Amino acid sequence: MNDIKKAFENGKAFIPFVTAGYPDLETTEKLLIGMSESGADIIEIGIPFSDPIAEGVVIQEADLQALKGGVTTDKIFDMVKSIRPQIKSALAVMTYMNPIFVYGTERFMQKCSECGISAVIVPDVPFEEKEELQPYCDKFGIDVISLIAPTSHDRIKTIAKEAQGFVYCVSSLGVTGVRKEITTNVGEMVDLVKSVNDVPCAIGFGISTPEQAKKMAEYADGVIVGSAIVKIVGKYGRDSLEPVCEYVKSMKDAIR
Amino acid sequence: MEKGKFGIHGGQFVPETLMNAVNELEEAYNHYKNDPEFIAELDTLMREYAGRPSLLYYAEKMTKDLGGAKIYLKREDLNHTGAHKVNNCLGQCLLAKKMGKKRVIAETGAGQHGVATATVAALLGLECEIFMGKEDTIRQALNVYRMKLLGAKVNAVETGTMTLKDAVNEAMREWTNRVDDTLYVLGSVMGPHPFPTIVRDFQSVISKEIKSQIMEKEGRLPDAVIACVGGGSNAIGAFYEFIGDEGVKLIGCEAAGLGVDNPKNAATMANGTLGIFHGMKSYFCQNEYGQIAPVYSISAGLDYPGVGPEHANLKDIGRAEYVPITDEEAVQAFEYLSKTEGIIPAIESSHAVAQCIKLAPTMDKDKIIVVNLSGRGDKDVAAIARYRGEDIYE
Repeated sequence: MNDIKKAFENGKAFIPFVTAGYPDLETTEKLLIGMSESGADIIEIGIPFSDPIAEGVVIQEADLQALKGGVTTDKIFDMVKSIRPQIKSALAVMTYMNPIFVYGTERFMQKCSECGISAVIVPDVPFEEKEELQPYCDKFGIDVISLIAPTSHDRIKTIAKEAQGFVYCVSSLGVTGVRKEITTNVGEMVDLVKSVNDVPCAIGFGISTPEQAKKMAEYADGVIVGSAIVKIVGKYGRDSLEPVCEYVKSMKDAIR
Repeated sequence: MEKGKFGIHGGQFVPETLMNAVNELEEAYNHYKNDPEFIAELDTLMREYAGRPSLLYYAEKMTKDLGGAKIYLKREDLNHTGAHKVNNCLGQCLLAKKMGKKRVIAETGAGQHGVATATVAALLGLECEIFMGKEDTIRQALNVYRMKLLGAKVNAVETGTMTLKDAVNEAMREWTNRVDDTLYVLGSVMGPHPFPTIVRDFQSVISKEIKSQIMEKEGRLPDAVIACVGGGSNAIGAFYEFIGDEGVKLIGCEAAGLGVDNPKNAATMANGTLGIFHGMKSYFCQNEYGQIAPVYSISAGLDYPGVGPEHANLKDIGRAEYVPITDEEAVQAFEYLSKTEGIIPAIESSHAVAQCIKLAPTMDKDKIIVVNLSGRGDKDVAAIARYRGEDIYE
């Protein structure tokens, strides 16, 4: 069984996201270890991109600051490799197609495999363009995580049939970021997925409070939180380990 | 050819949230492009509103002065709103209307596409919101006011490099936010399929007209067609009908800013590498990790780190040639055409004029060059004055 499947065996999965290199790689390193100890089941490591078109202002700013600080894909891989034995959580990389493609998609997936990264989430690669990733991911046993959105409708079953790892259910229209209310019928989206493929579903976009997480976990197998964590990192900078860990604990407790 | 691909370029690299929207657009376009009523309506708008066909003007003084090939100027600057952009906006906004959309959004660099979109939205009764890099709202302040005057809301984009690329990012983000009643009227032959095809089809009226006009005037096809390239919409419009005519050289002029070897340039064909960004596989100015490079040009309309996928393919197969033109060369051409022909060209189009000035004297007098004068230069006068050291503001 691979790491991603295992991650959904410990009750509902909590899946936090951090932007690598924000505010610096040393902090990211501590956060990865800390979040793992605090109950994160899968951690999404964001490789920053200059033009993250699916992100809201919080992660956009984190990406730009991280790049300004000199972080690169290679430095991120090196860091992850060095601390991988200390992390219990499964690891996924979240980035855009260009940083992967220009690095060399095959070389990128090989590096992921060497670093113990089990999956990639690439929001600007829809089902129709999957061939850009799939053959290289297959070669190194990396899962390509499929996303479904409130606008997907009849596409959901097609996407779900070929889904690997877990299905990322985008809860809301628009970009990533904290939302007061989630109005999409995510339960229905998850049911459509499950009707064709017994694959775990995790809900992301807009979730920030334990109450929201608890509610979303009723519909799905896991909850993804990005901007809310990056916001804490933005506020506390190098001292964000403690508040982030507390937050992760509270979220995991809420959905357990 | 695979759907939406131009050789290895193109594709549909957008978030899942937008996939049904681009599919819906493709379906609607495939339907309406063959719908006699749509075709007739668009044709009327092109003639009665935009002022088409635009003139193909023989630049006699310029021809004599340069002493080589005969030079014709395709006067897209004479269209309503002063540039070729209106061709595409009429097509896409009419399509939006037919699709039952209430609202259009668009990115703009120099402001020409924003103004054209706001204009057509006003005419067709569509709500309109424009995204423009903050840097460009300063460089082209008059166009911002113009768009507001036309009833559009203008959002100054303060992320990234605050120019065209960031305006595209923000327009795409806004589209994912409100996809049901909104159409993104993309201004160039770029982005995800079907945009490069739709925009090219609406702009190809330029080369259709050039072909029949030059046949009428000269009884033969031109030897070269020259156009400036940012994303590449006026260039593809001017090239498209000639792609099958091997004897016609197609030359795209990209913005070399302070020089192709200076970091301050936007010469994607000269310096770019293969990448996947803004919905398409194509060439981009970027670093070894795929981070998009900040680019620079005196021309806000050419200040873009990528190029449309069909151009990337025309370069790959050697059908078109792409040459870099510096700020200084473009400004000299801007001044030259103003003084020689009494025509003030847009600083974007001046890049094409600059290449013509280099090329014409090397060709025989019985050869013919057509330069696509994609826009008029009124919007650039203050900026060029400042470039020449005059303290003039709009």
